[in-house]
Amino acid sequence: MGRYILKRFLMMLMTIFIIATLTFFLMHAVPGSPLETERTTNETIQANLEKFYKLDQPLYIQYFDYMKSLATFDFGPSIKDPNRTVNELLERGFPISFELGIITIIIAVLSGVLLGILAALRHNKLLDYGAMAFAVIGISIPNFVMATLLIQQLAVTWDIFPPATWKSPMHMVLPVLALATGPMAIIARLTRSSMLEVLTQDYIKMARAKGIKPVRIVFRHALRNAMMPVVTIMGTLLAGILTGTFVIEKIFAIPGMGKYFVDSINNRDYPVIMGTTVFYSAFLIFMLFLVDIVYGILDPRIKLHKKEGDV
Amino acid sequence: MTKPIADELTRTRLEDGAESDPVAHDAKRGKVAKPKRKRTVTDEKILEVKDLHVTFSTYGGTVQAVRGVTFDLYKGETLAIVGESGCGKSVTSNAIMGLIQQPPGKITSKGVHFKSKDLTKLSKKEMRKIQGVDISMIFQDPMTALNPTLTIGEQLTEGVKQHKNLSGAEAKKRAIEMLNLVGIPNPEERLKQYPHQFSGGMRQRIVIAIALICEPELLIADEPTTALDVTIQAQILDLFEEIQAKTGVSIILITHDLGVVAKIADRIAVMYAGKVVETGTKREIFYTANHPYTKGLLNSVPRLDLKEEELVPIDGTPPDLFSPPQGCPFAPRCPFAMEVCAHVYPEPTHLSATQKVDCWLQDERAKKLIEDGAFAH
Repeated sequence: MGRYILKRFLMMLMTIFIIATLTFFLMHAVPGSPLETERTTNETIQANLEKFYKLDQPLYIQYFDYMKSLATFDFGPSIKDPNRTVNELLERGFPISFELGIITIIIAVLSGVLLGILAALRHNKLLDYGAMAFAVIGISIPNFVMATLLIQQLAVTWDIFPPATWKSPMHMVLPVLALATGPMAIIARLTRSSMLEVLTQDYIKMARAKGIKPVRIVFRHALRNAMMPVVTIMGTLLAGILTGTFVIEKIFAIPGMGKYFVDSINNRDYPVIMGTTVFYSAFLIFMLFLVDIVYGILDPRIKLHKKEGDV
Repeated sequence: MTKPIADELTRTRLEDGAESDPVAHDAKRGKVAKPKRKRTVTDEKILEVKDLHVTFSTYGGTVQAVRGVTFDLYKGETLAIVGESGCGKSVTSNAIMGLIQQPPGKITSKGVHFKSKDLTKLSKKEMRKIQGVDISMIFQDPMTALNPTLTIGEQLTEGVKQHKNLSGAEAKKRAIEMLNLVGIPNPEERLKQYPHQFSGGMRQRIVIAIALICEPELLIADEPTTALDVTIQAQILDLFEEIQAKTGVSIILITHDLGVVAKIADRIAVMYAGKVVETGTKREIFYTANHPYTKGLLNSVPRLDLKEEELVPIDGTPPDLFSPPQGCPFAPRCPFAMEVCAHVYPEPTHLSATQKVDCWLQDERAKKLIEDGAFAH
């Protein structure tokens, strides 16, 4: 296991390195620079500023400098907001984005799986059709449309939940709902179909023949096997939720990382673009690694590591 | 073949004993199995199936999978249900076991009595108290019958824990006993392992252990050796005999392998197109089979004692059970079919206390025709 984790860790570093390199050159390929403004600035000042931020250096020197500071986890200062470093932005924004993301994932997985199981157990009955119709709607409506609809109905018209910001659990309901509906619908559909397949397996029939209680058959015998496809798409869903947070944070005025990420690209704020991108990718890669570990826990046939003498 | 000649043949074969007995000869492998078989078959009926019908509604219509099956099972005996694929033998066993999903399945009968209870009238909850406790089932394919994500230990013990309220430690002890009984070495360590860490034969032993852990009185084995290779088959059959001798369990053995039947069955029920066409003791079926289908089945098995004889397959295919024929379902394939066979299903004829056959050839009028030489070909 230790060796596997080490191997994975090295591969993760490699991936992050490639992402950082690509982002760096793509970012510089985009026209414009962080120092360009609508006002005309004095040329000397402009030159001095470029010198200060080392933007006058050839690109490869800038690249090596950046990689060096990246290795020490120093993302540098923001150019647009010189009072703050990128690290400070991440420290402030990430916990909020993480909270939003993690609550969304938990809600999406729990309700999606539950809905999928219920639909599978009531196969071709009203509940099944209802759940699947709901799922299709959930998949079809983009989260930003969902967000506006939710704000309009639940916040403006009925005044049940606050329409924006991130302060109390009540504030969390609408953004989480808007972000979780899509993934939940996908998980529900997937759980249903794989559950239906698993329920026809011989070992389920055997469990029935043993007189095992239906609840135990579903949750102990079937669910674990049915979860495999769900775990497989978790990686994609995580990426989806991650990018979804940018939009949702913007709509609900949540002071998370998404705002900095989007703004930095518009402003060509090079250090912030690099910092947020590298940080997000590192986070996503780590989550994918967790998904792989969960695989091994769910299905004992999948071995993450090879021991001597194993058959 | 006329009756007197058949009797003659039988007598000579019986007298020859085991040497030329195609059945026993085939079954003997290495060890002599006979002496350890100290089973006692009693007169006590443990299971009475009366006129069992099972149908399934599908998009293509209604399949009449089982069309009036009647048989009894006595305590301590092994009844083999034989027949070709799709004749309803597995459906019969699933119906007894309460494993038919209704709908799409539908079960009607004049009673499936296990001891005093009518299994078809029990609620699902009441049935669960019988499943795995009084009646257990062994499945055909050990590669798929065990849950790949649960340890052997958990799959073994969950039944006793639920049904007999045993503690974890007691259940584990019981599981170790069972693994010892079915011949799995190092049971204590094996309990922690997963199905993929066992071979096919080992897995079937585990499936058997799971079926027996609550000490059932009836064991339904649905083609328990079909998925195994021949040497493992013999070992598993020996294990069945051993367990029956130790526990006195009654066994219903579903199979299409007459070699398996010859080895461990006491009585045989031959099924064709959802009906039991002939029942009898093993000897009666193997030596004095009367139904043309049973005869055909026996002729299609290779024999060691008759070298010259070619295998005779039964021509034709079984009827479509979406619209089964109104008369005898075997009539279209039967070399002795008469006009009446196509229209009316024959009443059972009792040939002895144990042998019963559904065939128009047993009718007095047909016998007269035979004597007149109507079938002299």
